[in-house]
Amino acid sequence: MITRRNLIKTGIAGLALPLASAKIINAAETLFPERFEKPNIRWVFLVDTRKCVGCGLCVKACKHENEVPYDTNITRTWVERYILTKDGQVFADSPKGARDGFIDKKINLGEKGSRNVKDEDIQKAFFVPKLCNQCESPPCVQVCPVGATYKTEEGIVLVDRDWCIGCAYCIMACPYGARFFHPVHKVAEKCTFCYHRLKKGMKTACVEACPFGARMIGNIKDPDDPVTKIIMMERIAVLKDEYGTSPQVYYLGISKEVR
Amino acid sequence: MTPLEVHGEVWTLKELFTYPNEYIYWTLQIVMYPFMTGLVAGAFVLSSLYHVFGIKQLKDMARFALVFSFALLPVAPMPLLFHLQQPLRNHHVFMTPHFTSAIAAFGLVFATYGALVAYEIWFVYREHLVKTALSLRNKADKTMSEKIQYAINNLLTFGAYDISEEAIKRDEKAVKILAGIGIPIACFLHGYAGFIFGSVKANALWMTPLMPVIFIMSAVVSGVALCMLTYIVTMELRKIFAARKKSARSYLSPDEIKSAEINEIRLTSKYLILFMIFAISLELLDLIFRGYTAVKSWDILRSVIYGKDFVNIFIMQYLVGNLLPFAMFLLPGLTIRRTVIGTLLVLFGVFMMRWNVVIGGQSFSLTFAGYMHYVLPVIPHNIETYKEGVLGGLTVMATPYVLFWMLNKIFPIFISEGSH
Amino acid sequence: MKNYVLRPLYAIIALVIVVLIIREFYVPKDFATHGESYMYGWHRKSNEDEWKAFKVKYKFDNEYCKDCHSDKYDGLMQAPHAIIKCENCHGPALDHPTDPSKLIVDKSRELCIRCHASLPYPQSNRANIRGIDPDKHNPGIECSMCHNPHKPSLEGMK
Repeated sequence: MITRRNLIKTGIAGLALPLASAKIINAAETLFPERFEKPNIRWVFLVDTRKCVGCGLCVKACKHENEVPYDTNITRTWVERYILTKDGQVFADSPKGARDGFIDKKINLGEKGSRNVKDEDIQKAFFVPKLCNQCESPPCVQVCPVGATYKTEEGIVLVDRDWCIGCAYCIMACPYGARFFHPVHKVAEKCTFCYHRLKKGMKTACVEACPFGARMIGNIKDPDDPVTKIIMMERIAVLKDEYGTSPQVYYLGISKEVR
Repeated sequence: MTPLEVHGEVWTLKELFTYPNEYIYWTLQIVMYPFMTGLVAGAFVLSSLYHVFGIKQLKDMARFALVFSFALLPVAPMPLLFHLQQPLRNHHVFMTPHFTSAIAAFGLVFATYGALVAYEIWFVYREHLVKTALSLRNKADKTMSEKIQYAINNLLTFGAYDISEEAIKRDEKAVKILAGIGIPIACFLHGYAGFIFGSVKANALWMTPLMPVIFIMSAVVSGVALCMLTYIVTMELRKIFAARKKSARSYLSPDEIKSAEINEIRLTSKYLILFMIFAISLELLDLIFRGYTAVKSWDILRSVIYGKDFVNIFIMQYLVGNLLPFAMFLLPGLTIRRTVIGTLLVLFGVFMMRWNVVIGGQSFSLTFAGYMHYVLPVIPHNIETYKEGVLGGLTVMATPYVLFWMLNKIFPIFISEGSH
Repeated sequence: MKNYVLRPLYAIIALVIVVLIIREFYVPKDFATHGESYMYGWHRKSNEDEWKAFKVKYKFDNEYCKDCHSDKYDGLMQAPHAIIKCENCHGPALDHPTDPSKLIVDKSRELCIRCHASLPYPQSNRANIRGIDPDKHNPGIECSMCHNPHKPSLEGMK
């Protein structure tokens, strides 16, 4: 029969083992504190597409800051233009990733040339800046066969240039097209949220370069961070959440046409 | 200074709306990779049909397929080395494997499989190795090449010189066990090559749980076809040699060879047909299912499958590579010549299937609003366009035959029963 | 002689051991699971420091520029262009004024028309910026011939 006393006794005995193991963990924590330190930082990004003017100064600054060869078409961040016509057609482009901004009305169609949409035919048109989503569950990291790409404790996905074998599996795994091969280092390359700047207390180059405040970076673990406040209070969206990646670049003023 | 080249840019034509960083990153060599692993796995499965299931008629073919599978083995990772941007770091896969990646298992599965095939070959050929070593040992004035051959043979026997009847029986039993273990490993080796693609959730064409099974089936098809083809070629060569040296001691007469040959081929072709039915059914199921469920990506997939890639998929792969050889093998009175054409078409069909998966999967943009067209580099102008161009592909294709020739020196494929 | 069956296996095991020994020496000591999981945290820890040490090029700190160029700074701060950081036009400061001692100003039309080429997109902030048609508005001439980028309003016209 189970009496209260018995229950307490077995309860105490049952607790003893987990307690003992907890002690071992504590010991490990004192021995290797760096393994158990949980930084109170999780960097996230906020893009207000309504503020973007498509000047591409962010792309220019990023390429210079992060030594992505300026005259190549690959880029860590880019800006897309979307144009919806009154008869329901959707056009989109991002020539050179908008490194030189959008300076004319011609829409770049790649091998199909270009196309002009008359001002009066435009129903809806806007710009959308893009960059690595620094996913909470990054599929690119999951598929790296050698552990050359990883998520830091602040949530930023980095590539180890000395360890990457250049198989491109991560590039194939990213649904956002954020990754590419660096033409000089010949390894996978991606946006780092300007990790080196964040670590020095600075903001990312693209955030700083944007004259209109369309780009913001913040720490979602800090409730007083203005970015956190917007994410918590406003109606926000993320890109392609159907892939289960939990992207951490949040968007204001996005539209269903955005890919 | 020449302008910096972005990997993929030289062979990718972009159309409509694509992301700036999108290019065709997985090219010809990634088509070659599952094609070559498929041949390895297929050849092994064929050899196991004799060793495990005791299909006696396949004896000659089995030994052949086993050695050929071993010759193909080092060639399976070769396309990967050609493809890597940092090929000298390939060993990182063994050093720090990240097992949540389908590619990380490659090193281990591949090594295990290689060891197993080598082990099996050792048992199959031990008797021969011992006999050769013993006959060479007793020879008085050995030439240089004989000395080397003796050394290699001696080493390969691992000092196991027991070739009593009892020992040979034990060898046969071991072969049977190893071949039995080998079948699932061979299927795994190739199934997970399918998994590498099937698990990429970002790619609308690749992501399906059927991918590994489809890959295994087509692997067996291609492996069997290549074994048949190579078998025929070697048999024809033997016929020529036999006709030339009529007096030679160990050769069979051309007629004997011919009857043995057509028997083996007719039987093997039945297995080929069987596996082809499996492979085609699964591929069609996949296609029908995609069309019926018609999720978000179907619009762009349809435009690729029925539009841009129509010729590649329906004409080259299904009609020329599947339907035509299928009919050729089914028609009664199968001849050697028809088999040669049939197997060539089957191999082409499987290659096109790999092509349509790997290249087809990258022929549309992640935006679902644009396309990418792959221009295969024919004449290389730098190392990159060699490695990932026609010449790189041909290099990979030719290598197993060189290895096969070399292996044949140590493990002769055709040991005539009466010759010792 | 009965155990000869296992001899190749010993060779295989020996090979595996050799690989494991090489691995012990080859793999950096800090290569382990750092962070929450093996899936996302399997990496060489010191790589984080390598990224941390990456050189900063842009200061993007107008206050830094102010120390020496207060005249320009004060004027700019009064103008609508105050929202544009100095380095967007003057280039990354790097270790200026030590290295480089002089920054190269981008005076090209292409820089200005990033914002001022007229694109009347109703849902975009771009529609609110005064724009020109670059093909028709004095083509071929640097904008700064007439406009003062530090005082872009019409009174600032040269």
